[in-house]
Amino acid sequence: MRAGDFAARGRRWRGCYAVFYLAFLYVPVLFLPLFSFNDSIYVAFPLKGFTLQWYQSLLDNSQMHDALFNSLKVAAAASTISTTLAVFAAKSFTRYSYRGQRLTIGMVMLPMVMPEIIVGIALLVLLNWLGIALGLPTVTVGHVLFCLPFAVAVLMSRLEGFDKSYEEASFDLGENSWMTFWRITFPLILPGIVASLLLTFTISFDEFILAFFLTSTETTLPVFIWSQLRFPAKLPGVLALGALILFTSCLMVVLAEWIRRRGALPDKQVPLT
Amino acid sequence: MKHSAIADEPRLTPPDAVTDASFLDLRGVSKHFGPVRAVDGVDLQIARGEFFSLLGPSGCGKTTLLRMLAGFEYPTTGEIRVDGADMSAVPPNHRPTNMVFQNYAIFPHLDVGQNIAYGLRRDRLPKADKDARVRDILEMIKLPGYADRRAHELSGGQRQRVALARALIRRPKVLLLDEPLGALDKKLREEMQIELRELQESLRITFVFVTHDQEEALTMSDRIAVMSGGKVLQVAEPHELYERPSCAEVANFIGTMNFAEATVCGREGEWTVVEARGLGTIRALAGSSVDTSPGAKVIVAVRPEKLSLSAQELMTAEAGRHSVSGSIAAAAYLGDRSHYFVKVEGLEKPFAVAAQNVDRSVEGWLSSGVAVRIGWSEDALVLLPPG
Repeated sequence: MRAGDFAARGRRWRGCYAVFYLAFLYVPVLFLPLFSFNDSIYVAFPLKGFTLQWYQSLLDNSQMHDALFNSLKVAAAASTISTTLAVFAAKSFTRYSYRGQRLTIGMVMLPMVMPEIIVGIALLVLLNWLGIALGLPTVTVGHVLFCLPFAVAVLMSRLEGFDKSYEEASFDLGENSWMTFWRITFPLILPGIVASLLLTFTISFDEFILAFFLTSTETTLPVFIWSQLRFPAKLPGVLALGALILFTSCLMVVLAEWIRRRGALPDKQVPLT
Repeated sequence: MKHSAIADEPRLTPPDAVTDASFLDLRGVSKHFGPVRAVDGVDLQIARGEFFSLLGPSGCGKTTLLRMLAGFEYPTTGEIRVDGADMSAVPPNHRPTNMVFQNYAIFPHLDVGQNIAYGLRRDRLPKADKDARVRDILEMIKLPGYADRRAHELSGGQRQRVALARALIRRPKVLLLDEPLGALDKKLREEMQIELRELQESLRITFVFVTHDQEEALTMSDRIAVMSGGKVLQVAEPHELYERPSCAEVANFIGTMNFAEATVCGREGEWTVVEARGLGTIRALAGSSVDTSPGAKVIVAVRPEKLSLSAQELMTAEAGRHSVSGSIAAAAYLGDRSHYFVKVEGLEKPFAVAAQNVDRSVEGWLSSGVAVRIGWSEDALVLLPPG
């Protein structure tokens, strides 16, 4: 057997592997848009026919609109607050060194791996004890807590990515720390800030457990979707909603990547010669 | 006048340039990082308008010292004065110093013009004045028309010039340079050495230049401070540093030096007579820091190019000249000159001898084992304190 044949056979196998790999990732998700256009309340093959009625039903569903609006409010607030807080934390982690720094970093990052259900129960107990009424503000607090480590991770990598001599040069050229932040640090980490906002917005938008524990009558979209699943007749509508969310998410990822690339451009350094 | 754009500014050419010997005044400056003494009790006086180099191997404390001058680090103990003003508690943005960073730190999100004008914001100049100053300084650094370029469009040498312009447009009393030529290739580095020196001479700003390259320091500086282990070993003009090093460490760091252990026998006028291992009883001039009482241990040091080689039998006695027999241990032919390592009876390390290849018949020397005589004149020798 010639070496070329062997390599070609290997390539075929690798190709198959890649196809299965991608199918595993995307086929389940693609059922959503597929059945959202199916003219039947039963999610089963064979497909009955094409319809837009489920999308139509979303337009009239005021409960769903409220939930969507709640989710957007919470996500906007949680992403802004957590990203702002993360800028300060990431700056202190990357620009200074002090006793207990590693411990502090670890503690800020820990909620990333803490089981959400535990955090949810703990927050619920605490809020009850403090006598704070549940609602969208408490959901937002929970989401800030949960989003913060992700935002810190994104911003730390961005801050580590540029030399602190830029900031020193700004001081050296007569600017104080406030103006140095606005003229140097902020523009240089802006792509990181945008990435962090998009990431935390997405995390908050589809977070279920904390939102379920920490809200009362006003529900967020994931909690609303979950409540709809108890009614089989509502299922195709949920599928249509899911398909829309999927499409929007993809759009946001593309947008985030586009911004990140644009932001990365001026940073490109030619090797010194 | 080549750099007239800046040199005409009255603030840059003080009337009493180079007369104020302690324009930059460091007294007992130390910097400790935990148990490490990065800088250890440094006293330095740098004159107004001087090109002063801090020279030493990496980790010797030269960069930390520069960063203390800039204000990025505060001394653990000691005092830094610039033009009479105490800098101890002054942050970098309020110091009359500006720095050229090792990696240049050209702001990547700003163009060349914005980079250079960065430090002018607080001056609240009319835009036309600001633009004119940027244009003038771009002219001076020979990058006219580059105002709209981005950092990543510049070569290393161009970035170095922009960093220089960005610091100089603030008209600092002292310009601090942290190995600014280290990232450039050899040819460009040599060009920039000359250009930087010309610029400094025309602007007459005090330059404090950090480098680990001894040749660079010798070429450019008015004076050099050789540093090691956080301490200043010697401060001297390039010529004196090379010809009259104060200790073996300085002698070794600047060029090559041959050493022989010796014991002081006595004095003959200004000469000190020593009994040196391998070299016999010889006379040499001692520096002020060397103990020349009879019986004291000293080191005799001599540069390779101050030794001469000749065939065993040709050597004739001559007033003030000495010679000793040896045999060639190794030889390297470098075209214009040759380097020989000559084994001398009684000396552990062979003596390095550098000889200009004046005539073409050097082949005879190149083989090892050839018996030769090393000769020197008395004033080529330096006596150093024992290591």
